[in-house]
Amino acid sequence: MDRRQFLKNTTAAVAAAGVGAAPWRSAQAQASPIKIGLLAPLTGVVASGGKEMVEGVQFYLDQVKNEMGGRKVELVIEDDASNPDTALQKARRLVEQGNCHMLIGNLLANTGLAVANYVKGTGTPYFIPIIAADDLTQRARIKNVIRVAGYSASAFTHPFGDWALKQGYKKIATISQDYTFGHEQCGGLAQVFTEGGGQIVQQFWHPLNTADFSPYLGQLADLKVDAIFAMETGADSTRLIQQYASFGLKEKTPLLMAMNGTDQSVIRTMGPECEGIIAAAHFAEGSDVPTTAKFEKDYEAKYGKIPSLYGFSMYSGMMWIDAALKKMGGKVEDRETFIDTVLKTELDNSPLGKTVKFDDYGNPIYDVYIRKVVKRADGKYWNVPIETYPNVSQFWKYDPATYLKQPPYSRTFQGIKKT
Amino acid sequence: MTQPVSKTSVLAGMTSRALVITGLVVIVAACLPMVLSSYQVGLATEVLIFGVLAMSIDILAGFAGRTSLGHGAIFGVSTYVVVYATGQAGLSPWAGFALGVLAATAVASIFALLAVRTSGVYFLLLTLALGMIVWGVCLRWTQVTGGENGMRADVRPAALMSHSAFYWAVLAGAVIVSFAMWRFVRSPFGLTLRGIRDSESRMRSLGYNVPLHLFIGFTVSGIFAGIAGGLYAMFNNFVSPSTVALAQSVEGVLMMIAGGVGTLFGAFVGAAAIIVLENIVSSYTERWLMVLGITFVLIMIFAPEGIIGKLRAITSRKVR
Repeated sequence: MDRRQFLKNTTAAVAAAGVGAAPWRSAQAQASPIKIGLLAPLTGVVASGGKEMVEGVQFYLDQVKNEMGGRKVELVIEDDASNPDTALQKARRLVEQGNCHMLIGNLLANTGLAVANYVKGTGTPYFIPIIAADDLTQRARIKNVIRVAGYSASAFTHPFGDWALKQGYKKIATISQDYTFGHEQCGGLAQVFTEGGGQIVQQFWHPLNTADFSPYLGQLADLKVDAIFAMETGADSTRLIQQYASFGLKEKTPLLMAMNGTDQSVIRTMGPECEGIIAAAHFAEGSDVPTTAKFEKDYEAKYGKIPSLYGFSMYSGMMWIDAALKKMGGKVEDRETFIDTVLKTELDNSPLGKTVKFDDYGNPIYDVYIRKVVKRADGKYWNVPIETYPNVSQFWKYDPATYLKQPPYSRTFQGIKKT
Repeated sequence: MTQPVSKTSVLAGMTSRALVITGLVVIVAACLPMVLSSYQVGLATEVLIFGVLAMSIDILAGFAGRTSLGHGAIFGVSTYVVVYATGQAGLSPWAGFALGVLAATAVASIFALLAVRTSGVYFLLLTLALGMIVWGVCLRWTQVTGGENGMRADVRPAALMSHSAFYWAVLAGAVIVSFAMWRFVRSPFGLTLRGIRDSESRMRSLGYNVPLHLFIGFTVSGIFAGIAGGLYAMFNNFVSPSTVALAQSVEGVLMMIAGGVGTLFGAFVGAAAIIVLENIVSSYTERWLMVLGITFVLIMIFAPEGIIGKLRAITSRKVR
């Protein structure tokens, strides 16, 4: 073949390939990937939780072979550095530069609130499986900010207060980190408990990252209460549980905690000092519901640890979004329909173990487990449900309109009934 | 024959060469929104705001020889007041902005009262401690500041809603403020600050009231930090304790150092370098803080006078 002939042939071949490729290419353009922006704190104070958030998302994407609603998924991960200013900047980057169809993630309430305020202006769907600030599904709702597989902070402590009454507890003292997440969880418990005839003897608020709990534990021991409710996250929780046991309080007074206090991210490294602590939550990794047990087993097989709230919530959140996308054929570009579809979607077969749907305010209605930390056969500790409150609304048994008239829980308003 | 002096133009004592360079830089900066994406315009806006903050620190560090670690707090007080005034108190953004700058000035003057009699590492520590107090108040005074969660408000005026419009407004503000600061440090008063930096005792024996001069210098620099803080409130429509935290002050100081201490306009170069680096590197690796740290070490080894300082040294060597 001479050179001229070669050129002719190759030109023809290339042209043919081009013609052949053209329709394929345009089809590709239609089904361009769904871009999901994931914001997680990979550095800063809550970095370990942030990494588990990423794991949860990737774990789901692996299972669905990176395809949601019939389209490929492109995941863009950004580090919010546990800092709201950085979170805001990264959210801008994902939306304006990355052209992400949706955002998901954030761990700390302040980062989530900053991003929520930003997407209020852009209309980008933003999913918050972890951010628990009450008002995002109550007094300050933003339509495109959706709590898939997440919860509002006081939603689980309402039934917890009721459970405490049923145990015959008359007097409870609370100790909590001094920020909104703590105020809201303590408030939920305090309101239901005092309205049912219980008494909140005293409430302690301590700054985040308290190294030594002995001043508080000393006072708590003197109060002679029936139970102590503690709301702690991360390292504070580890320290409180350890010091609670070493002060000998563990044998005397039952310890009730907010769900994050006995989350796997905390008790994974702990010994018998965490055994027997009670918490209320929508997820219990030690549940024997088949879907939950399967999720726990698969996750543990893959990552070598029992899933925490972070991994579980992000996984279930992704599943929820996927369920909505399947319903609408993956047309994520139509934001209005997408948001409405998500809000109307009921989630089946999730690790939650039961069909879940949103209430009218965009907060999921769960069965709330009262769960207890017990030792597993292999010596690890996990949370096992001991009682179930079915279909718990974020407004508990109150009428939503009346409930919303009361101020949000804060250090000064704990919903405590005056006697 | 008389010495060849550089020609002084009519405009406020700038040499014609400086005037041309400044003009070019401003024109280029003003054209940026036409070539950059909206996210990058956002970054550029942030560079300008933090540039003003770093410059306000440079007034003290570069000209009075006192490095403040409390300017992040002064900056943040303004941000808090602007967000509070427009969100909770329902004032117009402009009134809120004025109040914010006023509050920052007040806080700066209190800082100044306490800190002017110290120098060196004591000044550093005292301003650090004062800044931490502001941070503590913002964190714990939940009823007013929203505590850890911070506050949200629609601060940005409707006319500046688009990225470009806001960028141009900030650019105009930054140009005016930079010019004011430049005039300030070149004024006879600014010269006394330099005198204090070089020898406090000599200035005192010449009859200057050293603490008073430092007090005024600190307060004026607080006004500028407050302006930056007010703009930041409009930029983010959000404020939380991390805006007044020590990290904010440190970042301002690092930007100033990276640009060049005592170069004033180096602040913008330093701010640009750090913000751009942060955003580019963090999208590739979660170890971006390490990269940033190494960059600082390298700057300190090879260009301790900062980026602008180094450039100046190189160009003046070439001229000779």
